[in-house]
Amino acid sequence: MNAPTSRLRKWLRGLPVHIILIGLCAIWLIPAIGLLVTSIRPFQVVTENGWWTALRGAPGQPEYSATCAECHGPDGKAIAAADLSDPEVVAQFRRSFALLVVLQEDINGQPHLGSKAVPTEQQAADLLDYLHILAGTATYTNFTTNNYQDALTGYRGTTSYSADCAAGTQPPDINCNLSDLANPRGMARAFLNSLLVAIPSTFLPIIFAAFAAYAFAWMHFRGRLFLFALLVGLQIVPLQMTLIPISRLYSQLGLNGTFWGVWLFHTGFGLPYAIYLMRNFLGGLPRELFESAYLDGASHWTAFYRLALPLSVPAIASLGIFQFLWIWNDLLVALVFLGGTTPVLTYQISNMVTSLGSGWHLLTAAAFISMLLPMIVFLGLQRFFVRGLLAGSVKG
Amino acid sequence: MAANTPFVPASAQPKRARPAADPIPAVMRQKPLTPWLYLGPALVIMTVFIVYPALSTAYLSLRDKTGEAWATARCVAGAACWGIFENFHYALTSPIMLQSFANNLLWIGLMVTGTVGLGLIIATLADRVRYEPIAKGIIFLPMAISFVGAGVIWRFVYEYRATGEQIGLLNGILVALGGQPVAWMSTPTVNTVALILVGIWMWTGFCMTVLAAALKGVPTEILEAARVDGATEWEAFTGIIVPMILPTITVVITTMVINVLKVFDLVYVMTGGNSGTEVIANRMYTEQYKNFDTGRAAAIAIVLIVVIVPAMILNVRRFNAQEAAR
Repeated sequence: MNAPTSRLRKWLRGLPVHIILIGLCAIWLIPAIGLLVTSIRPFQVVTENGWWTALRGAPGQPEYSATCAECHGPDGKAIAAADLSDPEVVAQFRRSFALLVVLQEDINGQPHLGSKAVPTEQQAADLLDYLHILAGTATYTNFTTNNYQDALTGYRGTTSYSADCAAGTQPPDINCNLSDLANPRGMARAFLNSLLVAIPSTFLPIIFAAFAAYAFAWMHFRGRLFLFALLVGLQIVPLQMTLIPISRLYSQLGLNGTFWGVWLFHTGFGLPYAIYLMRNFLGGLPRELFESAYLDGASHWTAFYRLALPLSVPAIASLGIFQFLWIWNDLLVALVFLGGTTPVLTYQISNMVTSLGSGWHLLTAAAFISMLLPMIVFLGLQRFFVRGLLAGSVKG
Repeated sequence: MAANTPFVPASAQPKRARPAADPIPAVMRQKPLTPWLYLGPALVIMTVFIVYPALSTAYLSLRDKTGEAWATARCVAGAACWGIFENFHYALTSPIMLQSFANNLLWIGLMVTGTVGLGLIIATLADRVRYEPIAKGIIFLPMAISFVGAGVIWRFVYEYRATGEQIGLLNGILVALGGQPVAWMSTPTVNTVALILVGIWMWTGFCMTVLAAALKGVPTEILEAARVDGATEWEAFTGIIVPMILPTITVVITTMVINVLKVFDLVYVMTGGNSGTEVIANRMYTEQYKNFDTGRAAAIAIVLIVVIVPAMILNVRRFNAQEAAR
C-alpha cells in the first residue's frame, strides 16, 4: 500500500538531479551534433537554413506548397496542359526570372496566381529548383557523404567533387582518381601528415624518458636528487617561451618545415613530464624485485629491459595516449615549424576557417575527420586503462 | 588539450612516496659512467630544446626587433623610454597589451569559476545516478578534441546573419523566441565571453574527473553520521565534502589558471584576436610571426612566464604535499 507512493516520492526527490544532469549533457552534446548533421547535409542547403531543419525537405517546397500546389497539385500533374512534372515544361524556365515573368502574366484575363502574392526573386529561384526535382531533372536528398569526399580530396569548386567529376568539369588540381587523396589541400593528406608527426613524437620521448627515469629511480650517481628537482622545474617553462629561439636555430640548420624539426621539438618538450611520470612509477616498484634480480646476476641493462620496461607498460600506455592526443590536437607547434609545407589536420582546418569563411559544409566535414581518431582513442582508452590496472593488481 | 597538463591518469599514479633513506639496494652499484649513458640523450635534448631557448628568450627580450642591437636603439626621441627594457615598455603599457591583460583576467575569472563550479556540481550529482559513466563520458569528450575542432563547432553555433534565416543555433533560438540576432563574434566583450564559454565547454570534463576522484575518497561513514544527525544534503556538501576535498580544488584551480593564461588556439581560430578579444599568448604569436618583431615577442613571453610561475610553484607544492600525505 505504502510502497508505490514512497517509491514515487523517492523518484520525485531524485528528479531535479536528473533534470540538471541530462540538461547539462544535452548542452554539451548539441553543438557537436550540429557539426555532425551539417557535415552530411547537401552544400546547397547548409547556408540556406539551420541544421535543425535538416528533415524539413528540399528548399522551395514551402514556396511550392504556398504558391502552386493548390492548382497544380502536390505532384504538379493536376493541370494536364501545364504538367509541372514534365521535364520539357520545366526546361522552358532556364532562369528564375523567366518563371517569374510567367507567374506575373495574366491567364484568360485573370492574374496567374489569383489573389496569392507573387514570389520574390529568391523565392522564385527556390521554386524553380523544386520544379526540377518534381520533373526529375534534379535530385535532392536530405543527407549526403559528398562533403567528406570534397574535404578529403581538397576540392574547392562550386558544386561537388562527384558532380564535377561526372560532368568532366573538375578544377585543374583534381584528377578524379585515387591520386586525389594525395592532394596537398585535402584532409586525407593532412591526416597522413598528422600521423607522421604524432607517432614518432610519441615514441621518441617515451624511449628517452624510460632510460632516464630508470637511471633516476635505480642508479647511484652524484647529484641525482638535484638533477631530478631541476627537471621538475623544467615543466614550468611554457611552450611559447621556447618557440622563438628554436625557430631561429632551425632556420640556421635548415630544419624549418621538416618532420625532424617537429619530432625533436615535441620530444624535448614532452620529456620533463614523461620522465617525471615514469620515474615515479618505476620508483614505486618493489625494491626486492630489483635486489633479487641483481643477486641472480642481472646487470642494469637486463633489469631495465626485462624487468622495468615490461612492468611499466600501464604507465607507458597512459603516457603514450596523453602525448599522442596532445600532439594530434596541437596547432601552435605545427603552425610554427611545419606551416603550409606539410599541413597537418589542425593547420589545414585553421587555414580553411580563414580562407573559406562560410564554407560550412567543408569545414564541418573537415573538423569531424580531425576528431575521429581522438574520439576512438578516448573511448577505447578508458577500457584499456581499467584492464591494465586489473592485470597489474593480479600480478601483484 | 593544453600543454603540460599535470593530469596523471589513474594507472600512472605513483604507488607510494619513497622512504627518505636511500632506497636503492646496495648491490645495484654500477660503474660511474653508466647512469650518464642512460640519462645522456634526454639531458642533451632537454638542454637544447628547453634550457637554451628559455635563456635565449630572456636575452632576446632585451634586444631590438631583429635581435641585432640592444633594445635601447628602439627608443623614440621625445617619448618615454625604458632603455634596455624598451620591449617591456611595450609589453606592459601598450594599449593592445593592456587589453590582453584585461581579457586574460576576465578569462581567469569566468573560466576558472565556470569549469571548477560545473565540474564540482557534475561530479557530485553524477555520483547519485546509474548512468554516471555515460554522463561523465559526454562531459569529458571535448577534452579529446582539438581547440581547432572546438573552434569550428562553436563558430557555427555563434554564426550570425544580419538578414534572412539564421543558420547558427544560438541566433536561431534567439530569433525563434522573437529576439534580434546578435553578432556574437564581433561585439566587444560579448565575443570574449562567448570564447570563454567554449573554454568552459572544453575544460569542465578535466575538472570533473579530478574532483570526482577526490569525492570518492570522502569516507561515507562521516557523511552517514552527519545525515543521521539531521544535516541536509546541502549542509553535508558545504560542511563536509567541500572542506575535505579543498586541497584538490586548489590544485584544480591553479592548473586552470595556468591553462587559461596560455590560451591561444581558441582565440587564434575563432577571432584571430580581433574585435577586442586579444590575449597574451596570441599577441606573442602575432608579434613574432606576423610583425616579425622578435624583441617584443620575447618580452611578452617573459611576461607570460612571470605571471605563470607563481601558480606553477603553488601547484607543484600542493601536489607534492598531497602525494606525501597519501
